[in-house]
Amino acid sequence: MAHVAGPPQFNGLQDSSRTILDHYQSQVRTRRIYTVASIVVFLVVLAASLDFANNANSGKFFERLPYFFDFIKSFVPNSPLEIFRAMFDLPSPYADGSIKFDYTSDRVWITDSFYIPNFFYQLAITLNIAIVSTILGSTGAFLLCFFASTNLVGAGIVRWVVRRIMEILRAFPEIVIAGLLAAILSIGPIAAIIAVSVHTIGALGKLFFEVVENADMKPDEGLRASGANWLERVRFAILPQVLPNFVSYTLLRTEINVRASTIIGAVGGGGIGEVFSLSIGRDHAAKTYAIIILLLITVICVDQFSAWLRRRLIGKQSFEFGRGAA
Amino acid sequence: MSSVLTVNAADRERLLAAYPEVFHRSFLQRWGLATAAAVVVVYLAFCFSFFNVIPTFVNGNWDRAAIYIQDWYSWRAQPRLRFQNGQVVPQWTSRRQYPEGAAIDWLKPTSNGGYTVLFGGEDRLEVTPSQVDVYIDGKLYPVAIKGDRAILPSGAPARMVQDDNKVNVRFGFAGQAEIRNSQVYVQRRFLGWANFFFDTQSPFWGRSVTSVAGLMLFGERIDPAQSNASLALDNFLNNGSWQHGDILSKLMQTLVMAFVGTLFATLIAFPLAFVAARNITNSRPVNWGMKRFFDFLRSIDMLIWALFFTRAFGPGPLPGIAAIFFTDTGALGKVYSEALENVDDKQREGVKSVGAAPVIVQRYGVVPQVLPIFISQSLYFWESNTRSATVIGAVGAGGIGLKLLESMKTNADWDKVAYMVLLILLVVFVFDNLSNALRSRVMGKKGH
Repeated sequence: MAHVAGPPQFNGLQDSSRTILDHYQSQVRTRRIYTVASIVVFLVVLAASLDFANNANSGKFFERLPYFFDFIKSFVPNSPLEIFRAMFDLPSPYADGSIKFDYTSDRVWITDSFYIPNFFYQLAITLNIAIVSTILGSTGAFLLCFFASTNLVGAGIVRWVVRRIMEILRAFPEIVIAGLLAAILSIGPIAAIIAVSVHTIGALGKLFFEVVENADMKPDEGLRASGANWLERVRFAILPQVLPNFVSYTLLRTEINVRASTIIGAVGGGGIGEVFSLSIGRDHAAKTYAIIILLLITVICVDQFSAWLRRRLIGKQSFEFGRGAA
Repeated sequence: MSSVLTVNAADRERLLAAYPEVFHRSFLQRWGLATAAAVVVVYLAFCFSFFNVIPTFVNGNWDRAAIYIQDWYSWRAQPRLRFQNGQVVPQWTSRRQYPEGAAIDWLKPTSNGGYTVLFGGEDRLEVTPSQVDVYIDGKLYPVAIKGDRAILPSGAPARMVQDDNKVNVRFGFAGQAEIRNSQVYVQRRFLGWANFFFDTQSPFWGRSVTSVAGLMLFGERIDPAQSNASLALDNFLNNGSWQHGDILSKLMQTLVMAFVGTLFATLIAFPLAFVAARNITNSRPVNWGMKRFFDFLRSIDMLIWALFFTRAFGPGPLPGIAAIFFTDTGALGKVYSEALENVDDKQREGVKSVGAAPVIVQRYGVVPQVLPIFISQSLYFWESNTRSATVIGAVGAGGIGLKLLESMKTNADWDKVAYMVLLILLVVFVFDNLSNALRSRVMGKKGH
């Protein structure tokens, strides 16, 4: 070319290629600027959050950090055997009349000579709360979910109402339901059961109707062609497809509810959560570690059992992600 | 229409032979569901008695339940009309909803030293020290006060009841009155929340919206030190009965707990997941150890972490952050490492084949594949933690949860509970949508 007056050729590229390169590089630059800007914004928000959290806390982080390690050091039972004794309500050699070392009076006597250690009894209460509320909640979700799915209910208003009901049940704070019921029914497991069930209806209902919406509609068409009514279509066309997933989600929910009922217990719903929050608040190290060990074993067992059952029911399909709806 | 489906013997044999799985089902297939249902029913019956359901419900305070529920959306003014020296003197409890000496349109003094209490419609009380005239639907039922007792007139309706020395009158939702020899205890209920914006100390109290807006924009400065708008904001946030400022800051604490906890968990779980993934770190013991470490963090309940750190750091957002951080590092680590193990190997091989360093191989061969999944999962956890941070707070970690619990324990602040629940619902709704929007941007239109 004759007109060499333009800019020198860059890396031996043609004009057209250079335009592309320039565009690419300017895009990369813009992208980098955005990335850096968003990281800066992110860091500022994080720093502000941390500062806010630190100021709002009753003990400041760096002031309390040495005490934290002191606490861990001081929070040690007199002997490892003490944990075992606290767990099984056996008499302690350190007994001095205080409730810290009084394990035996908590025994739950079944017959005159046979007792259940208190922590096991409380754990049974918590587990039963979780199971009962999963049963009640999944029943409620089961009954509601068909009315929320697009492929089964034509009326938009019904779907809208049912879905909003589920959303509110899901987002309504559990402790408020538990607290209100505790004020009416007095503190106890029933308040916890109702609170956890209500939440379960909302959370499972959402997962259930999403499963129903993804169901294959061909069996439904077949039944419709042979004149089946709505109930028969749901029973024979939809239910067989969705039941394994329903059961799987319910099992996953059971795991979550075991944790939830422990927490609700600590707020006043009874069960192991309440005993735990009392014993850690009173500095009863042996009792606290006994409960932690029991809870750890329980949660692992429940998780493993439910994972095994789910694998048997629906194969390798992963439902670990279901937590998002928790 | 009634055509009965008939099958001849040969067809019958053929069908039976062709579809044995339909006609000869195992015991479990036939009765499995029914057996499971029966077991569930028996179990529920057992729990019904184990948890003493019937006695609990019978002993419940159902009359108080109605009051608690009404308190969610209405408020009550509770003056005591005391009889002093032949005069009636209203006396308010500490939780008064009117400023000193305010003119109250339903509680008016009469010329003879008594008071008139209006309950809406034709219902009212005319209170004098010697006699209380009760008007129900316009009809007069005079309650005489003689000696140490109030006496129910004959022919009084069922809404008026003699209870020992006193007479109780119920006006339905509008309220009730308890007539004694020394005082009339009035409870008057109104829809809505009393003094929601400004308390009785505020110069803006009792003004209409337009009047407040007018004052804020054009009015003379009430407090010379600051503008009316900032005074109004200050009065609103420091409202003595509603404590908006405190509640909003507690709500902020809860949000910060969820945000920072999830963020730190994400940052720590990210590198650890590479160690736990079998296809990336080629050492079985290390993989196994890291996975058990995740399991350990996950299995210790959020409750345990929360109580543990509350003991160590004192109540506040820090223990909440720590609890969410520890639990979710385990949970996210598990999810992340599973995503890493399902990664497509071809891209890694491609980057490796041009001689890139191990870190570069991960950066360009693995991270682009898993990053959307990672972000999407973290957003899920963020969303769910926004909800669970409330409960964790109630356990002792502070935030709106603890505030809720304290308000509920007084049994008198149900309107404030309702307010906080509304705020929480709003926040959860906003954050759900925010995280959904972010997720669909990261993952593309097809969802997760």
